[in-house]
Amino acid sequence: MSADHTTEPGLHGVMAEYADEHSLLAGIHKAKAEGFTDMEAYTPAPSHDVITALGVTNRVSTIVFFGGATGACFGFLMQYWVSAMAYPLNVGGRPYNSWPAFIVIVFECTILFAALSAVIGMLLLNGLPQPYHPVFNVPQFSRASQDRYFLVVHSTDPKFDPRSTMEKLQGSHPLSVAEVQN
Amino acid sequence: MSANLPPSPAGRTPVIGPGHDVGSIIDKISSIVLTRDIARGWFLLLSITGMGVLMLGTSIAWLLIRGVGIWGINEPVAWGFDIINFVWWIGIGHAGTLISAILLLLRQEWRTSINRFSEAMTLFAVMCAGMYPALHVGRPWLAFWLFPLPNTMSMWPQFRSPLLWDVFAVSTYATVSALFWYVGLIPDFATLRDKAQNKVGKVIFGMAAMGWRGATRHWDRYEVAYLLLAGLATPLVVSVHTVVSFDFAVSVIPGWHATIMPPYFVAGAVYSGFAMVLTLMLPVRAAYRLHDFITLRHIENMGKIMLATGLIVAYGYTMELFFGWYSGTLAEGFMVKNRVMGAAATAYAALIFCNIITPQLLWFKKVRVNLWLMFVISIIVNIGMWLERYVIVVTCLERDFLPSAWGDFHPTVWDWSMFIGSICFFVFMMLLFIRFIPMIPIFEMRALIPKSQAGARAGQAGSSSTSTPH
Repeated sequence: MSADHTTEPGLHGVMAEYADEHSLLAGIHKAKAEGFTDMEAYTPAPSHDVITALGVTNRVSTIVFFGGATGACFGFLMQYWVSAMAYPLNVGGRPYNSWPAFIVIVFECTILFAALSAVIGMLLLNGLPQPYHPVFNVPQFSRASQDRYFLVVHSTDPKFDPRSTMEKLQGSHPLSVAEVQN
Repeated sequence: MSANLPPSPAGRTPVIGPGHDVGSIIDKISSIVLTRDIARGWFLLLSITGMGVLMLGTSIAWLLIRGVGIWGINEPVAWGFDIINFVWWIGIGHAGTLISAILLLLRQEWRTSINRFSEAMTLFAVMCAGMYPALHVGRPWLAFWLFPLPNTMSMWPQFRSPLLWDVFAVSTYATVSALFWYVGLIPDFATLRDKAQNKVGKVIFGMAAMGWRGATRHWDRYEVAYLLLAGLATPLVVSVHTVVSFDFAVSVIPGWHATIMPPYFVAGAVYSGFAMVLTLMLPVRAAYRLHDFITLRHIENMGKIMLATGLIVAYGYTMELFFGWYSGTLAEGFMVKNRVMGAAATAYAALIFCNIITPQLLWFKKVRVNLWLMFVISIIVNIGMWLERYVIVVTCLERDFLPSAWGDFHPTVWDWSMFIGSICFFVFMMLLFIRFIPMIPIFEMRALIPKSQAGARAGQAGSSSTSTPH
């Protein structure tokens, strides 16, 4: 998670701006070669090359699996408790725990819980909603949602030093380099 | 979403018009939302449908005051327009999920430009649908009794009833559709936030975007979540109309108690849904000049899906007739005879004309790329699918086993006012949607650009019937 990088007071990191994905990838490889490890890239659309280059992984699918499993258990136990324990009704002489009739609602609860955990899990892991983030302090960054690509080396990186990091990022020929104030 | 997709086969007509780059796509789509102008035609339509919404409100208010007796329903036809309209609206919603989820999983990338539009349609259609059963319970202020909530009477719902399955299926469907739609919108809200010129737009879109900044770690989780939502919505959408059909199939009424109902209902739902997408999209495409984003390939593909699902529906009708005879049951045989030649014979003939005969035109490519014909066919199919539900619901209830229990159904003015009002509500919401929310997903469209240029080159080499905008 990239939400908190506040060891160097006043500075979130150094940001380089690129015109396209290709230059951004070149910039990432350059920064990695310089020994930086704590980085984040910002792209207007998802890019698998950038995800691979940064070595990003996530746990969303695990959360969704457990969400769905919880939903299935909840769906069945709710129906079992209501139909066999709390309010037993004899419907056409069927057993109180008439599980084949419960399948549909178990299924719907599975889907509902899995979908909710996908969305809520994704948002929480991403730290959203987040009204403020330092990267928005850089004026150029308003184009990150349109046609520009950004690479930020965080101030928490062990090799980070404001001046030398800026110089090293200049080596990857970005459109601009800027300090990101907290 | 599309970054991991294989390139589209060469020689296909492009899914995006030639000459577009990232900037022109963003400008075109966001300008519809960010402009300060209010188009006269849009405002006129909004006013007309707004009056329809008032009519709907009046009808509901009168219903709450007087009760369901203001409708034409009575014994034996206790399910009248409310259930017909419920099934019709839910069915219309299904195309949205099919386009956004199933076609995503099948890697049909032409779906991109029409997916948000049809998802919005799904949401509003489900709103219209959900209204009917809630009002039909008689005391809508107690409709929450449908849910398993602790109460002072210590009573709980009966989980063996398809009617309760329906409550869960439809509410899950509404929730998941809304989530799917909103998740798809987050990056586009961020784009609009950054492009908006005025303060109000910046604040509103900024809140809707929740601080989205396009970080790679976010995109990674986002893509997995979106794909999983698609995977979850796919079995869900099939289950919803299956469960709706259980409302009928699990009963013992002749004409309802049939195993053909679930597949036949699901196919009919997709059929009517695509018809509604075309009905709404063709005028919007013309009004906002979206010819480059919604190309003839989209319209043709939708025509093909309508033809395929229409044939499944035709198979369903045939089987209904066949089993009326093959069952050897007096009641089933009489049901078929009554349906084809009884009081609702005109409705039945009209539905065969609308749903089976008319769509046969879609076998011809000339028809599938003719916008006016497609528009007319889509409206005919919409009417036909409504008639189908009318025939299923009303004729079966009017004439069941015992002649002494027979009765007739006559819709009242309140039945019609609620039906027309719900159509107005639907169009009203769609109008608000196309004006205030980007109707084409920006960040997904941009993934199509390199491929579309390749496709355009291939298209020029082959047949180029789509290169001239209509």
